[in-house]
Amino acid sequence: MRHIISILMENESGALARVANLFTARGYNIESLTVAPTEDLSLSRMTLVTSGSDEIIEQITKQLNKLVDVVKLVDLTEGGHIEREMMLIKLRAERTQREEIKRLVDIFRGKIIDVTDTSYTVELTGAASKLNAFIEAVNEELIIEVVRTGPSGIGRGPKGLSL
Amino acid sequence: MELSGGEIIVQCLRDEGVEHVFGYPGGAVLHIYDALFKQKELKHILVRHEQAAGHAADGYARATGKPGVVLVTSGPGATNVVTGVATAFMDSIPMVVLTGQVPTPVIGSDAFQEVDTVGITRPCVKHNFLVKRLEDLADTIKKAFYIATTGRPGPVVIDIPKDITDPGIKIPYHYPNKVKMRSYNPVVKGHLGQIKKAVKILMEAERPVFYTGGGVVLDDAAKPLTDLVDTLGFPITQTLMGLGAYPGSGKNFLGMLGMHGTYEANMAMHETDVLIAVGARFDDRVTGHVKQFCPDATIIHVDIDPSSISKNVRVDVPIVGPVKQVLKDMLKVVNEGDKKPKQQALKKWWKQIDKWRAMDCMKYDKKSELIKPQQAVEMLHKVTKGDAYVTSDVGQHQMFAAQFYRFDKPRRWINSGGLGTMGFGLPAAIGVQMAHPKADVAVVTGESSIQMCIQELATCLQYDLPIKIILLNNGYMGMVRQWQEFFYDSRYSQSGMSVTPDFVKLTESYGHIGMRVEKSEDLEGAMKEAFSHKDRLVFLDVVVDPAENVYPMIAAGKGHHEMYLSPGSELV
Ligand SMILES: Cc1ncc(C[n+]2csc(CCOP(=O)(O)OP(=O)(O)O)c2C)c(N)n1
Ligand SMILES: [Mg+2]
Repeated sequence: MRHIISILMENESGALARVANLFTARGYNIESLTVAPTEDLSLSRMTLVTSGSDEIIEQITKQLNKLVDVVKLVDLTEGGHIEREMMLIKLRAERTQREEIKRLVDIFRGKIIDVTDTSYTVELTGAASKLNAFIEAVNEELIIEVVRTGPSGIGRGPKGLSL
Repeated sequence: MELSGGEIIVQCLRDEGVEHVFGYPGGAVLHIYDALFKQKELKHILVRHEQAAGHAADGYARATGKPGVVLVTSGPGATNVVTGVATAFMDSIPMVVLTGQVPTPVIGSDAFQEVDTVGITRPCVKHNFLVKRLEDLADTIKKAFYIATTGRPGPVVIDIPKDITDPGIKIPYHYPNKVKMRSYNPVVKGHLGQIKKAVKILMEAERPVFYTGGGVVLDDAAKPLTDLVDTLGFPITQTLMGLGAYPGSGKNFLGMLGMHGTYEANMAMHETDVLIAVGARFDDRVTGHVKQFCPDATIIHVDIDPSSISKNVRVDVPIVGPVKQVLKDMLKVVNEGDKKPKQQALKKWWKQIDKWRAMDCMKYDKKSELIKPQQAVEMLHKVTKGDAYVTSDVGQHQMFAAQFYRFDKPRRWINSGGLGTMGFGLPAAIGVQMAHPKADVAVVTGESSIQMCIQELATCLQYDLPIKIILLNNGYMGMVRQWQEFFYDSRYSQSGMSVTPDFVKLTESYGHIGMRVEKSEDLEGAMKEAFSHKDRLVFLDVVVDPAENVYPMIAAGKGHHEMYLSPGSELV
């Protein structure tokens, strides 16, 4: 099953490498990984998407917790949560296609953020599945480039992951 | 007090209570060596290869429970020590390893003797640091000792660029006496509810077994373990790393378990209904095929490391906590409760175990003219009255030492279990003898293993270390040869080791005493003579039967009930 693990870790050089290293060394799956500092500059927040059986996910969270730089972590998939990912997608858009693409972007509530005679660049935000759906919906031959951030996530409700 | 970085390092080590540093100098650590030169308290032991510095510090830590300390230079000094670090990591040994690094301004420029030490060691340390500011140095050293010695112990590497130790730059010195890290808070107590639940299950058990490991030794929990086992009257088996925690001569001891474990220990594991694992990690050399491991058992597991629990084998009652404290609490719950173990069932269980024991699975030919390696280890036990510190390398000799020395005390059996590092034995003995100058320290080794760190004979001479090396010389990488005999139709591919130096002469050239013994009847005399030299290193080359194999044996991936037994052993 797919899991989104959210990690609060010391903003130290090498902390990211420790997490990445753990996944390769132990042969765990890693689908995506995003990191950025938080409002507290001494901490960074990492969102990691992985998949595996319950046993493997249990090991992954235990092994992550064991890393000295990891302060706290939560498996968001265990409770209500919101997941967002941003995608920048460049599409071939000529004459007749332009209207149709624009309509599709509207349906997905995306934005066209760059335009040339022959192309549109679209910004789209949502759960990973929505971005996948958009890619499915456009004609494959029109896609010039896809850039995705990988999901970040947050738990629902008033509580937060903090120290 | 204003100190330079080099002086700060020396001062921190002294404030930490360190007495011995095992190391080797080089460009990047010259400032530190200069600071060492100017003081007397901290003793530096100059090894002959950085790998040995790692193993010596490791042996010191295993024998004392105190962290071992290593100091080596950047680049090749650091890469040489990696085997030592990985060896300590696999067996959870507390160690602090200081490595020199090129000056901060040139890091990343492929400077002379630059390697990414933090990157290279990351997968085999508990944690590592690169010190980027002089102001962080003392704090980092404090943290390193704290991390290395608490929770599940392990090696910590501190990489120190040369400019940080510049004698021209001094700052006020202060060594913190406490550390608090929001990201690192090891468990200090096991959950009482879980402990009670475990005791309840133990009282219902009909065929219980204790399976204990290195964690008991590391946490100095031999006493509460022995008390608990004896109070309950349960059988106990120990892993290669756990030997000596419960006395080898204790009546409830079934011997070691696993690949070369005893018949009774492995059969008890296979038939048990309640397994209580303490400070052990269900390593593949212990479990064999996990699908066939303890098929009928409810499993209780006590361990300080949550990630050890249910890693290889699903556990029913996990107890995360320091084993010493958990065992004490368990004993208290047992003593204060009104339930007693099931005597009737236990009696039946012991009867079954005695049947397995009667098979005498470790018997060997005692009438042979050729010296049997088992016999040599038994003789070592006799001559040292079972009270020596025994280090070992890796191979058949290691298994014979583990099986036949019958360790009665913890921290006496010192070997590389997890990584299985040939070359460990002699340098580890240096660390042990440094810690216990008066004790008998023996290295049980093979002619192949000993050659991997033989240069340390010079270190032994320099520091007057009266180590006794017992070489079980079978002219083969015996353990490799055994696998080739069993699983590759006796095709002995590259496992012969008949071309060796004359070990007697070699030892003599290093300034020690060399001896050789070839006949069974001369063994006792030779061994006694070796140990009569109280203040000299003696290298005893014992020529043993080259065809001897280690029994019993469970082939990799097989179940505990599928053992190879020694020729002549019979099932009863
Ligand atoms: C550094 C290292 N290289 C290779 C091995 C694989 N290995 C395990 S046992 C062994 C043979 C050891 O031979 P020896 O020291 O003579 O001991 P014996 O088995 O003959 O008692 C080898 C090569 C190892 N464990 N460590
Ligand atoms: Mg050999």
